[in-house]
Amino acid sequence: MFLINCPFCGEREQSEFKAGGEAHIVRPKQPTELSDDQWAEYLFMRKNIKGIQFERWNHIHGCRKWFNMVRDTSNDEIKAVYKMGEKPPVK
Amino acid sequence: MTKNLRVKSSKLVDETYRISFKFNGTTYYGFKGDTLASALLANNIHLVGRSFKYHRPRGIMTAGSEEPNAIVQLHNGTSRTEPNVRATEIEIYEGLVASSQNCWPSVKFDIGGINNFLSPLLPAGFYYKTFMWPASFWEKYEYFIRKSAGLGKSPDVPDPDIYEHKYIHCDVLVIGAGISGLIAAKTAAKNGFKTLLVEEKSYLGGSTIYQDSEFFKINNQNSASWLEKEINEIKKIENLEIKTRTSVAAFHGYNFLLARENLTDHLPLEQRENKTRQRLLKIRAKKVITATGSIERPLIFDNNDRPGILLSSAIKKYADLFGVACGEKNILFTNNDSAYETAISLIQKGIKVQAIIDNREEIDSKLIKETEKNNIKIYKGYTIVDTFGYKRINSVSIMKLSKDGQKVVGSKENISCDSLGISGGWTPAVHLFTQSGGKLKFRDDDQIFIPNTYPSNQISIGSCNGDFTLDEILINAPKLLKQFLNIKKTEYENIEIYSAFNKSKRNIWLLPSNKIVGKTKSFVDFQNDATAKDIKLALREGFRSIEHVKRYTTTGMGTDQGKLGNMHALGIISETASSKMSELGTTTFRPPYTPLTFGTIVGRNVGKYFDIIRKTPIHEWHVENNAEFENVGQWKRAWYYPQNGENMHEAVQRESKAARDSAGILDASTLGKIDIQGTDASEFLNRVYTNAWSKLEIGKCRYGLMLNEDGMVYDDGVTTRLDENHYIMTTTTGGAATVLGKLEDYLQTEWPELDVYLTSVTDHYATISVCGPNSKKIIQKVIPEIDLSDKDFPHMSFKNSKIGKVKCRVMRISFTGEQSYEINIQANYAKSVWEKCMEAGKEFNITPYGTETMHLLRAEKGFIIAGQDTDATMTPIDLQMDWIVSKKKFDFIGKRSLYRSDTIREDRKQLVGLITDNPEEILEEGAQIVADMNKTPIEMLGHVTSSYFSPNLKKSIALGVVKGGKNMMGQKLIIPMEKKQINVTVTDPVFLDKENKRLNA
Ligand SMILES: [Zn+2]
Repeated sequence: MFLINCPFCGEREQSEFKAGGEAHIVRPKQPTELSDDQWAEYLFMRKNIKGIQFERWNHIHGCRKWFNMVRDTSNDEIKAVYKMGEKPPVK
Repeated sequence: MTKNLRVKSSKLVDETYRISFKFNGTTYYGFKGDTLASALLANNIHLVGRSFKYHRPRGIMTAGSEEPNAIVQLHNGTSRTEPNVRATEIEIYEGLVASSQNCWPSVKFDIGGINNFLSPLLPAGFYYKTFMWPASFWEKYEYFIRKSAGLGKSPDVPDPDIYEHKYIHCDVLVIGAGISGLIAAKTAAKNGFKTLLVEEKSYLGGSTIYQDSEFFKINNQNSASWLEKEINEIKKIENLEIKTRTSVAAFHGYNFLLARENLTDHLPLEQRENKTRQRLLKIRAKKVITATGSIERPLIFDNNDRPGILLSSAIKKYADLFGVACGEKNILFTNNDSAYETAISLIQKGIKVQAIIDNREEIDSKLIKETEKNNIKIYKGYTIVDTFGYKRINSVSIMKLSKDGQKVVGSKENISCDSLGISGGWTPAVHLFTQSGGKLKFRDDDQIFIPNTYPSNQISIGSCNGDFTLDEILINAPKLLKQFLNIKKTEYENIEIYSAFNKSKRNIWLLPSNKIVGKTKSFVDFQNDATAKDIKLALREGFRSIEHVKRYTTTGMGTDQGKLGNMHALGIISETASSKMSELGTTTFRPPYTPLTFGTIVGRNVGKYFDIIRKTPIHEWHVENNAEFENVGQWKRAWYYPQNGENMHEAVQRESKAARDSAGILDASTLGKIDIQGTDASEFLNRVYTNAWSKLEIGKCRYGLMLNEDGMVYDDGVTTRLDENHYIMTTTTGGAATVLGKLEDYLQTEWPELDVYLTSVTDHYATISVCGPNSKKIIQKVIPEIDLSDKDFPHMSFKNSKIGKVKCRVMRISFTGEQSYEINIQANYAKSVWEKCMEAGKEFNITPYGTETMHLLRAEKGFIIAGQDTDATMTPIDLQMDWIVSKKKFDFIGKRSLYRSDTIREDRKQLVGLITDNPEEILEEGAQIVADMNKTPIEMLGHVTSSYFSPNLKKSIALGVVKGGKNMMGQKLIIPMEKKQINVTVTDPVFLDKENKRLNA
C-alpha cells in the first residue's frame, strides 16, 4: 500500500486517496467541432504504460484536492507529486 | 503400543506441568511448551494424516510453519472448530482436541487410500483431462472430487472470539528473532531507532538457541549461551518492542506489512474468556530488516513421504528443544554437513543413529570426524533408492551413486530404521522479500535464490540472505546493518567465532534410482501429492513456464505454498528442459505467508459493525411507528409503514392512495445536498447540467440531468437558486458522494478559473416532504406566516421562512406529481417539525409513506430513478427526455457524445411504458422483453426496469427499456416467464396526469 505525499497535507496512507486515471488529458475547448474519431480519442483512449506514467489522484478522504503523480507502474515507485496546473517535475 | 520417547528435559518444555489432550479420540499427555507435533512424537505417533490425492499415510515432517502434512482439525465446541491447523505450530493446552483431516473412516484405515494403487490412472493434469468433458457433467464430477479431496471442515456457526486490528508505526521493523534478527534489533534500538521485533514462534533465538555444542562458539562460549545473554540484554532495551507468536503474513510496497499476533491460542481454555484471540497488525515501518532464516530442503527419491521421514533439522530440533526422540533407530540421509549436527545432538542425548547416508564421496570436516568417532557407519557417495513400511518407515534400500551422480551402480543394501532424517541443504526464506517486489538472483555455488534488488527501504540479513554459518552471519550482518542504519560501529566488530560447519554440498535435484522415473513415487510437493514423474510428464506435454507447470501439476499450490519442494520442482525442470535456473525464475509467492483466520482479517468489523449505518434525524420516529426499513447505500430508509398486520403490498396501496387523495408525508433527508456558492455558480451549473441555468431567477427551482462525458445519465435532482451567487443542489441518495466528487474534479482540474465552492450539507439539513391535495393547508398550519398562494409561491419555487424561531427553507417541488412542499430544516429540529406536520395533518389523515410508495407514485408519473431505470447506457434521448437537453448551449458535460454514431442509433434501448393486457398482472422487475417467441435464438429487446400495481389508476403499470421502443407506441410485446407469457402494450411512460393539473390543484 502506497504512502502518498499529498502536496497539501503531507504523507498519508493510500486508503485515503482515489486514483483518477491518466493525467494531462485536457478536455477539448470546443468539443462540438471535433469529429467522432477525435472525440473518441479524448474520451476513450488511454496509454496504460508499463514504466513512467503520469496520473491523477484525489485526496478524497482528506483535503479533497486533486493532484498529479509520476509513478513507475513497473515497481510502483512514486517519482513525484505536484499540484494541478504545475509542470511535471520529471520527464 | 504407546511409548515415551522423551529423552531429557529441555529449556522450552516444563516437565513439571503435565497437559492432557486428545488426538483422534485417544487421550495423550505432553508438557507445557510442547507443540502438538512434539507431544505426539513423544508418544511415538508419526501417522497424523492422509495425503491429498493418493491418500497415502503421512507423518509429521517438519518442526515449523513450512509443515505440509501434519495438518489437523481442532475442536473446541462447534463454534470454535478450526481446520487446517499445523500441528507443528499449535502449542498444546489442557483440553485440546484434535483430529486428522482428509481421511475416512479413520487415519489408520482410509478408503481413499485406494487412490494410491490407482495412481497410474491419476497423472498430472488428470482432473483437467478427464473431468472437463462433457462439460455438462462437471457438476456431478465436482461433487465427488470435493468429497474425496478434503481439507478440514469450516465451522458453520458464528465465531465467538474477539479479534482486532492495530496500526503500528516504527523506525525499524525486524522480522525474525534468530541470531541475525536479534543482532539487528539490538543494534537498531541501541542507536535510537524505535524498533519492533516480531517472531512467529513462542521463543527467541531461532535455531542458534539450541546450538549448544563445542563445535559452534562465539567469544569462547557455545553459541546458545552467548545468544542467551544477548536476549537477556535485548529484553531490557526501552525503545525495542518484541512480539512473539507474531507471524508476518504480507509485505506490501512502501514497507507496509500485515502481521498476525496470536494472543490466546496457547492458553488453557478457561483463561481465554473475554480476551482478544488474534490481532492483525498493520505495520508501516521506515526501514525493514528481514531475518526470516531458511528452510531445510528435503531430498527427492522414491517413497520419500512415509511417516517417520522428517527433515534432519526437525529431528534435531525435537531432540534439542523439546527433548523428544523421533525414533529409536535413526538414519540420516544428506548431501551436506547439516545432518552431522543432528547426529551429534542425538548421540549426546543417547539416541541411536544407525547410519548416515551421504551423497558426497569425499568429505572431511570436524563434524564428520566426531560422528565417525562414535562408531556411526557413514555411507559416502550413496543414495537411498527406496523406503519401506506403510504406516511408519521400517527400512531403506541404498545404492552407490555414479561419479556424475546421474545413476546408481553396484548392488542394493537394506538398513532397518524407524525414523529417517533428510537434508538437502537450505533454501533462504525469501517469500516476504519477493512479496514486497524484491528481485532474486541465483547463486550457482549452493544452488539458491537470494535477494538481489530491494524495492523499498529494506535489507535481508542472515540465512535468508544466503549467509548460513555463524561466521558468515556475524561478519556480514553487522556490515550490512552499519550501512543500512547509517551508523559507524556495532557491538560485533572484534568477535571471535568458531564454526566447525563445512559448506560443501552435492546438489542433485532428483536422486537417481534403479527404477525408471515412471515407476517411482518421488514426492516434490508433499501436500498436493505432486511427484517428479508429474513434473516430467508436464514437460513432455509441452509445458515450459514454471507458472504453467505449477498449475498443471499443482506443485506449490497447497496451503504451504510449496515451502519445501518448490526449488526441487525448478531444479527438475531445469535439468529436464536444459534451461538455467536463473532464467526459469521462481513462482510468485503470494500473501499470506501462512494462512490467516477470517476472524483476524475482519477484526471488529462484524455484525452491526460490519458497515457504517446512516440514520436520518427522524429515524427514531419511523422505528416507533412500525416502519420497515430498506438499505439505500449505507442509509436506513423507511420502506413502508404496515398497519394492523398489512403486508407490503397492502401498506403501499393504502399509503399511495392517501398521498393522492389527501396528504402524505415522506422523510427525504437522505437525498444528497450540495451547497454551491461563488460568482461563477450559474455558469458552473450550465456546464454540468444538460439544460440552461443562467436565467433561473432567485427563489426558483429547476430539475436537471447530469451526464458523464460519454453522454450517459448518471444522476438527477432539483437545484434551487437561493441567491445571486448561491444555489443548493439535490442529488439522488446513492449518488451524493459521486456527484460531489465529479463536480470537484471538473472545478479543480478543467475549470480552475471558475469562482465556485462546493460543500456537502446532506447531514446538516433534514428534508420533510408533504404532498397531496391538502398539503398546502397542512404547511400553512405549521408555518402560519408564509404566503402559500399559487401566485406568490408557484410550483418550482422557494422561500426562506421560520418555524418558531428556527430558520427553514421551503421548496414547492414534486417527485410524486402531486402538489408538494419540502421543508428543509437544521437536522436537530427535524423530528419535532415532523411531529408538528403530523399533528397539523391529523384532520386530513396525513399518511407517512416510505420509499416503496414514493417509487410507485413517481412511476405513475413516469419519473425515472437514476440507477433503476438507467444503467450507465442510457442517454437523455433514450429516456425520451429530449426536452431537458439544451440545443442552444455551446457545451455541457456529455454534449458531444449525444451525437456520436452509436448514440444516435434509432435501435438503441429506449425507455417506454408497459401496460399489461391483464390489468391485475404485475410484471417482474428485470424480466426480459421480446417480440417474437418463434425466432431462434429469441431476440431480447430489453427488460422491465420498474413495475407496480397503481391503486390510483387501478391497474398494473411498468417502465422498461426496449430496442427502438420510441417508435413502437401501441405495439404488442411479450414478457416470457418460466411458466407463462405475459402480453403487454408499449405506451408513453407517463401514466397519470400528463397535463400536470394536480401540481397546481
Ligand atoms: Zn490532502
